[in-house]
Amino acid sequence: MSIIKDFINKSRIKSPWIVHFDCGSCNGCDIETLAVLTPLYDVERFGIINVGNPKHADVLLVTGTVNYRNQHVLKTIYEQMPHPKAVVAIGACGLSGGVFRDCYNVVGGVDRVIPVDVYVPGCPPKPEAIIDGVVLGLEKFAAKARGEDVSRFETRRPFDKKQADQGAVNVQTTATQEG
Amino acid sequence: MLAQYIMLVFVGLLIAPVAGGLIAGLDRRVTARVQSRFGPPLLQPFYDVAKLLGKESMIVNSWQVFCAYMYLLGAVLSVVLLFLQSDLLLLFFVQAIGALFLVFGAMSAPSPYSQVGAQRELMQILAYEPLLILVFVGIYLATGSFQISEILTHEQPLLFKLPLLFIVLGYALTIKLRKSPFDFSTSHHAHQELVKGVTTEFSGPYLAIIEVAHWYETVLVLGLVALFWSTSLWGMLALLLGTYFLEILIDNTMARLTWRWMLSYVWIVGLVLSVLNLSWLYAS
Ligand code: SF4
Repeated sequence: MSIIKDFINKSRIKSPWIVHFDCGSCNGCDIETLAVLTPLYDVERFGIINVGNPKHADVLLVTGTVNYRNQHVLKTIYEQMPHPKAVVAIGACGLSGGVFRDCYNVVGGVDRVIPVDVYVPGCPPKPEAIIDGVVLGLEKFAAKARGEDVSRFETRRPFDKKQADQGAVNVQTTATQEG
Repeated sequence: MLAQYIMLVFVGLLIAPVAGGLIAGLDRRVTARVQSRFGPPLLQPFYDVAKLLGKESMIVNSWQVFCAYMYLLGAVLSVVLLFLQSDLLLLFFVQAIGALFLVFGAMSAPSPYSQVGAQRELMQILAYEPLLILVFVGIYLATGSFQISEILTHEQPLLFKLPLLFIVLGYALTIKLRKSPFDFSTSHHAHQELVKGVTTEFSGPYLAIIEVAHWYETVLVLGLVALFWSTSLWGMLALLLGTYFLEILIDNTMARLTWRWMLSYVWIVGLVLSVLNLSWLYAS
């Protein structure tokens, strides 16, 4: 039995199907996210498939600022995904609201609405950083499924200078990002 | 004799999905190469299915679950019938019922995407079922039997007598495997809900079941292709490889067209080719 369980756990990391939701980004992050799916980066090597359907997805990629209108949509999409699932917030806007943080209609980061597993900073982040973010998110939920302590995977909010300085595992450390 | 039957059922039940999964993996790799990408590992379809099996089961209604299992049952039974060298017509009806249950499952959910997918799947069934029957009729005229065990005793490859019907079977194969330009109801490369169609409302383990059933179906249609060169193992293998490679090539070079085009085109071409081949068979 445990062989089957192990295989399923291994498969989780090897076959992440992603669904991409744009919470009204400037389109910068979306273009980078979709660039990941082109033959140049060819993420299908890692079994990543872009599906249009939250019911089939394992990883939710969120770009853009969450506002009072679309937070319900975001929540619905999240709830439609069967467990285990991971959420990756992409870009400064997804992390905190970015340059739109102080707008009257902006709620803030994605984590104000749904739990976020991985933060990929950048404005916009490089496609490599997004791939790293997805891989990190998957490792995290596979570890969760094995019942391991996931604190070693904990990522820090990049704008939290004090915590970021402690050198925690962060996408920022594994892939250089510009912007 | 009984031991042999049990062996055959065993092969049908267990080897067929493994072969189907490997074919799906190979398909994805070759497709990636055609698009000058590297592509996923060969075992990717197995990882996908294992992952789906490990997911939470979210269902819309229990009828949907029943339909997923019935679809699998239909596919498995028809493959077992193929390996038992049973009657072609029986096999045809069993797989048709399995295919219909997928449509019922998609219809049972009120989601517009799965409704559209179900309608399109019906159109696809409507397009390939008459062709399949015509192919079987051709096989009957050439060998004098619908029984696979008797067809296998035919000393000449069927391809020589039924070349046009083989092309017709190719059309049915492409529709059945839901490859471009006939991927209306669902497609592996679907990036939108509408294109994911029939399978939109299936998730987790039930999607895995549908995937496994699709592997069985792949083996079934390839088994039918193999019948056309049943005299030698190498001929069979060459025919299978050639047909499937052509299938992948067509999948990658064709765009998705409309179902109206599919119905009129496939019926006209299929009927003309079948009638030509059948009348030639009748005359000779
Ligand atoms: S983080 Fe930058 S690139 Fe991304 S959506 Fe916000 S403003 Fe646009």
